Amino acid sequence: MPNFYPFDPAELTKKQRSIKRALLSDGANRIKKKIAVLGGSTTNGIVDMLELFLLWQGIQPDFYQSEYNQYWQDAMFSEELREFKPDFVFIHTSNRNITDFPEMSMSSDEVNALLQNQLGHFTQMWDKLKADLSCPIVQNNMELPYWRLLGNKDCADFHGRVSFISRLNQGFYDYAAKTENFFIHDINYLSAQLGLEKWSDPLYWNMYKYAVAVPLIPEFAFSLSKIFASLLGKNKKVLALDLDNTLWGGVVGDDGAEKLALGQEVPMGQAYCEFQSYIKAQKQLGVLLTVCSKNDHENAIAGLNHPDGVLKPEDFTLIKANWEPKSLNIEQTAKELNLLPESIVFVDDNPAEREIVKGTLPVEAPPMESIESYIHTLDKGGYFEVTNFSEDDLHRTEMYKQNAERAKMQSAFADYGEYLDSLEMKAVIEDFSPINLARVTQLTNKSNQFNVTTRRYTQSDMEQVFESPDYIRLCGRLEDKFGDNGIVSVVIGRKDGETLDIDLWLMSCRVLKRDMELAMLDTLVKEAVKQGVKVIKGHYYPTAKNKMVKELFGDFGFEKISEDEEGNTLWELKTEGYKNKNLHIAVNC
Amino acid sequence: MEEIYKRLNEVFRDVFDDDSIEVSGDTTADDIEDWDSLNHITLIDAVESEFGVRFTMGEVSGMKNVGEMTEIIKERGKKL
Repeated sequence: MPNFYPFDPAELTKKQRSIKRALLSDGANRIKKKIAVLGGSTTNGIVDMLELFLLWQGIQPDFYQSEYNQYWQDAMFSEELREFKPDFVFIHTSNRNITDFPEMSMSSDEVNALLQNQLGHFTQMWDKLKADLSCPIVQNNMELPYWRLLGNKDCADFHGRVSFISRLNQGFYDYAAKTENFFIHDINYLSAQLGLEKWSDPLYWNMYKYAVAVPLIPEFAFSLSKIFASLLGKNKKVLALDLDNTLWGGVVGDDGAEKLALGQEVPMGQAYCEFQSYIKAQKQLGVLLTVCSKNDHENAIAGLNHPDGVLKPEDFTLIKANWEPKSLNIEQTAKELNLLPESIVFVDDNPAEREIVKGTLPVEAPPMESIESYIHTLDKGGYFEVTNFSEDDLHRTEMYKQNAERAKMQSAFADYGEYLDSLEMKAVIEDFSPINLARVTQLTNKSNQFNVTTRRYTQSDMEQVFESPDYIRLCGRLEDKFGDNGIVSVVIGRKDGETLDIDLWLMSCRVLKRDMELAMLDTLVKEAVKQGVKVIKGHYYPTAKNKMVKELFGDFGFEKISEDEEGNTLWELKTEGYKNKNLHIAVNC
Repeated sequence: MEEIYKRLNEVFRDVFDDDSIEVSGDTTADDIEDWDSLNHITLIDAVESEFGVRFTMGEVSGMKNVGEMTEIIKERGKKL
């Protein structure tokens, strides 16, 4: 199997059939999603390549493709598209689909009218898709034009195509800024990054009606796949960083902190500083930084306290600097953060270390070949592609640090209940609200371990649940004396007469063993009784990752009704006579 | 020439995911089941990458069989 990142585009194109065959037969458990691709140019090769990248990222797509250049007609009128009920719509348009460009004889007002007309063609379509399909829409922006009538002035003069396309793009962004579930696939950036000359090579348009040059389709599909992967909760969460020759030049244990290449004086030092700044910026997205380095702990700290360094010891959620194998340290890191190893990106300049770690754990470890290419390699990997951003992302590092303090305190108590009481926990458990819907969706799509059904919801699915009277919805926020954990648990139950079917029960692993699930259960039963529910049904669907909740309903006091050969179990609880179980958390006070 | 055919054969086998393919100068799209207009695009791209050449529009439109493709690759090789 070839590398999926960084990849060799020619290899992927040539071997796409055998790669697809291999991926489909690898036995991996993938989320099935329906994607409608509405094209303003040929889309077949794009769909084939997109499929490979999605399969690789754990998503099994089923595609609908519009006939050639029928994107608008399909979006506006196609019954077939509506019957397909896509989970996502992708609109593959390009500047080839602009029907009118400014003429030199036009006045500024006339060009403005032209612009509004072109933009209206798109907004009308997006509004219609939103109304009819209520699923996320992914829309290409426009690449810059292949030729410029006005040369350099084309960008500044309103008659220029560069100017016109830039303004049209701005119209797209304005729409995106005020529209939930609408995402721009930035081909304007991608085509610049790869080279517009190659991207817009007219041969591929004239011969095959491809708006993207065929050799660049893998790059295009990779970039696009990152949006879907992010929306489906496939983003990475942690950067586990080596130190020597990764965050600074030199070996701190041999050279001493003062001799390291780090700081503005020398080119090498400058490059490492830039890389540290890049890494530090990731924290703003809620990415957790950890150290994984073969070093004595005090040497590692001395290096991180280098006066010219941008990253400081306190920027890291954990620091593993020891002489144990790195695979062990990465595994330990995942365990201590209550995350799965696959949410970690391991950054190390040493190819042997990367191979060993990748050989034992399902982590990404892109090749860090030379300091000047580090940023590019990580950035283009799209590991932390932002689609929805919630308030919690800003505070994630802090929250994980508080967890470390709790762990320290726990060892001082003889009795676990006493420890829980000492945390002075307070929970707010309530129905969803417009304010927390984004976080609820995000948590739903990220939770793999404490998740009984592993059902995924797009933002619009969640909105439908939110607006329907047929559901009992709960989201729980947990706070304690060390800080606020934010929203950590989501439960959705569907009412059917006097029974309540639990579609979703999940919790963030950062609040494991805090009895939060009991507080959620108490609240759920109370609400269910209020709404006349007599029986609550629970389902457990096993996945490779959710063994920890196999007996959740049993532990709750549900009775097991059935189990099939795949291990799917059905449970029931009678609400009559239910006694509250949570003893340590003050709920809604 | 034989070398070019050997490498071309590998490319064909990869693109059509069929190890039984044996191309010759006379091979045309009619001889390979999956060789339709869409796979043709993939094939041309794969051949271009393999030999580091770029066919012009005229060449892509004019190629009648694998033999003609091979001739173009050979000619380009001379210029390099």
